[in-house]
Amino acid sequence: MADTDREDEELFTEPSGTQSQPASLSTEDVSANTNGPNQDALFDDDPEDLFAEATEEVSLDSPERDILLSDGPSPAITPITPPTSVIAPRIGHTHDDMFTHSSFDEIEEEEVDDSFDINISVSDPEKVGDGMNAYMAYKVTTKTSMSLFKQREFSVKRRFSDFLGLHSKLASKYLHVGYIVPPAPEKSIVGMTKVKVGKEDQSSNEFVEKRRSALERYLMRTVKHHILLKDPDVLQFLESSELPRAVSTQALSSAGLLRMVNKAADAVNKMTIKMNESDAWFEEKQQHFESLDVQLRKLHISVESLVCHRKELSVNTAQFAKSAAMLGNSEDHTALSRALSQLAEVEEKMDQLHQDQANADFYLFSELLGDYVRLLAAVKGVFDHRIKTWQKWQDSQILLQKKREAEAKLQFTNKSDKLQQAKDEIKDEIEEMEGRVQQDERDFEQISRTIRKEVGRFEKERVKDFKTSIIKYLESLVLTQQQLIKYWEAFLPEAKAIS
Amino acid sequence: MMEGLDDGPDFLSEEDRAPRAVNVDLQTDATLQVDISDALSERDKVKFTVHTKSSLPNFKLNEFSVVRQHEEFIWLHDSFVENEEYAGYIIPPAPPRPDFDASREKLQKLGEGEGSMTKEEFTKMKQELEAEYLAIFKKTVAMHEVFLCRVAAHPVLRKDLNFHVFLEYNQDLSVRGKNKKEKLEDFFKNVVKSADGVLVAGVKDVDDFFEHEKTFLLEYHNRVKDASAKSDRMIRSHKNAADDINRIASSLYTLGTQDTTELCKFFLKVSELFEKTRKVESRVAADEDLKLSDLLKYYLRESQAAKDLLYRRSRSLVDYENANKALDKARSKNRDVLQAETSQQICCHKFEKISESAKQELIDFKTRRVAAFRKNLVELAELELKHAKGNLQLLQSCLGFMKTNT
Repeated sequence: MADTDREDEELFTEPSGTQSQPASLSTEDVSANTNGPNQDALFDDDPEDLFAEATEEVSLDSPERDILLSDGPSPAITPITPPTSVIAPRIGHTHDDMFTHSSFDEIEEEEVDDSFDINISVSDPEKVGDGMNAYMAYKVTTKTSMSLFKQREFSVKRRFSDFLGLHSKLASKYLHVGYIVPPAPEKSIVGMTKVKVGKEDQSSNEFVEKRRSALERYLMRTVKHHILLKDPDVLQFLESSELPRAVSTQALSSAGLLRMVNKAADAVNKMTIKMNESDAWFEEKQQHFESLDVQLRKLHISVESLVCHRKELSVNTAQFAKSAAMLGNSEDHTALSRALSQLAEVEEKMDQLHQDQANADFYLFSELLGDYVRLLAAVKGVFDHRIKTWQKWQDSQILLQKKREAEAKLQFTNKSDKLQQAKDEIKDEIEEMEGRVQQDERDFEQISRTIRKEVGRFEKERVKDFKTSIIKYLESLVLTQQQLIKYWEAFLPEAKAIS
Repeated sequence: MMEGLDDGPDFLSEEDRAPRAVNVDLQTDATLQVDISDALSERDKVKFTVHTKSSLPNFKLNEFSVVRQHEEFIWLHDSFVENEEYAGYIIPPAPPRPDFDASREKLQKLGEGEGSMTKEEFTKMKQELEAEYLAIFKKTVAMHEVFLCRVAAHPVLRKDLNFHVFLEYNQDLSVRGKNKKEKLEDFFKNVVKSADGVLVAGVKDVDDFFEHEKTFLLEYHNRVKDASAKSDRMIRSHKNAADDINRIASSLYTLGTQDTTELCKFFLKVSELFEKTRKVESRVAADEDLKLSDLLKYYLRESQAAKDLLYRRSRSLVDYENANKALDKARSKNRDVLQAETSQQICCHKFEKISESAKQELIDFKTRRVAAFRKNLVELAELELKHAKGNLQLLQSCLGFMKTNT
């Protein structure tokens, strides 16, 4: 008891306002069978119940948590149904409190902003091993004041497949209930092979830097999600020095193939399901995201083209600089010769400037757009899951109807010997189906609620992300112009000095 | 100067047109002033209106204009080259043929692709291409004008009869372009000339001045050629980048009109910014083209003309030396001595005449070159600064607005 009391204190003395949310979340640690969050417990809308739950919770330092965390990696395939152990306690409870629930969530959101203080950096890529088995190890450093973590600053070494493994676990736990899980950076067989083979050249360095930056952004996006941040897999990823190797993430493994098959099946299913949308909000949002996707892709292509042309400009400027220097050398008028050499120097500096600007174009603008194109795919996935959940509910209803019809039929049969037994059986089945239908309906409403919240959160993030990045990008453009002015101002008197 | 930033198609500001000789620094002489006052672009030819103001007695009027086409300029240039009397001068390089093919092709492609883009995009691209066409047009006018001004400024060439006919005769000169046979002849002549040039170049010159000039010009010409090519490539990349910014601005605009969050205002502002900076970037590329590329291209042609002069001089030196040898032979055999003597004297006289004028020409060439580079490099730097400052102001005002509104 003492342990949990201390635990209570720890959680409840956080500097921010209400502490309800963290408490409810940690209840997910309790049931060892959970493959995902305890859905209903998460959206605990009755404060009294909350505190009751708290007495059962497990301290973050308890041995049970370690056992939980040492479970093998979650399967890559998404289970649609949450485990039945979760369903039982909450039948008939959630409906009444839907309205208090939404305002509760608002409080949740505000509170998160106040207490969110965590910064993750990915650095120091180093090659481990040789030949085709080599891989890049990245240092993941977390700096935080949140009490969720054991220390304020700590680092671990991770490789790319670890990140993919983390995403895979989070996706399997949260996507099907409506959370927008940030996608992991893309694999690149070509890029990685060059690095493995040991080519220490410009392009492989650029590849590693590109990947490092992408991994960093991925982690930051993941921890910015107040629910994902508290997921034990995330915590383990950030904190624990040893991580079981995620083999199911390999593209060509059996798990990988199974994933591809599932994706194809999903795509086919999606095309055949026609949902009766009762809520215009969802249709509107879907259309909004669809057109946003189209526009972002178009913009992304233009920005990538700009990066390419700017790099070309840099190369051509460097070549021109050399050529101008040669011309200056062969010019026999001394003052003009000197001026041409100065021009060559200016152009050389401009070449570096263009190179830097091209990098800014890429990291601040192009990658932002690329990230969002992939994020929108995750958003789309979540909407699709909702449709699937609806379909499941419909299917259950149909099944229930069939069973009821079967029951009615039984009333008129003449086989008296097995009749009572059959009647009892079917009564049981009907009761079970009724339960299932209710659960499915709740699941559907749940995922709908979650998506609404998630979309709100996503849009807020999007606005912040774009504003921040674009302002940074414009600042890079300002810097370039300021440098340009410096260089040409230095050159002008040289040109004027030609006599 | 900032008001020029929002102009649509007008890339070349007035400052580029007013001092007539864009690439060459020439003294304007009241006795003979030539300029191209107007030009008309027709289907596949350009008609230049050549306007002359002169106080010289050989012209009927003091001020008059004629219409000339590119072929007539070439005819005039070739007549100078073929004139033995002018062997000792740097013949002003002929203006390049007006080439609108690339631009015309792009306009055609745009017309074909009209259905696949929005009305705004189409209008924008059409404006861009029309501006490009206009820029090329202005350039070709300038280059033809420079040629005429160079001739008018040359103390000897300005008196040439063909030149006067060119300026004054208000009928068609009936100069046809060279037919295939003549072009082939020209080609062979050039081949022979370059082979000969190599042989002649190998002959070491007694005169230090010319020896130095020969080495200098050879190297200089090659390096200018390289610099000109690299400069073109650099400017093309610059134009491509500006085009990308144009497309980015359009996409941002669409995003801004469709977004449901507070980002819509943001996108619209950034789109507006990029529209403006894109125009500035295009101007930077255009100015670099004018002040740098064109300068280098012009001096590529002039250095070739100077090389041709040196070749002619070397040729006459070889002829002179051969005539000397022939004279010695004739004297030793005591046969056709008078003939050999006359021939030797002619060669000697020719050689000395060429050498004398060549020396002055080459000194003038250097002066002109230095002045032209100075003018263009200064103007280049000033324009780069102007545009960078303009860009900076646009960026900073946009940033300021955005930071206060978040």
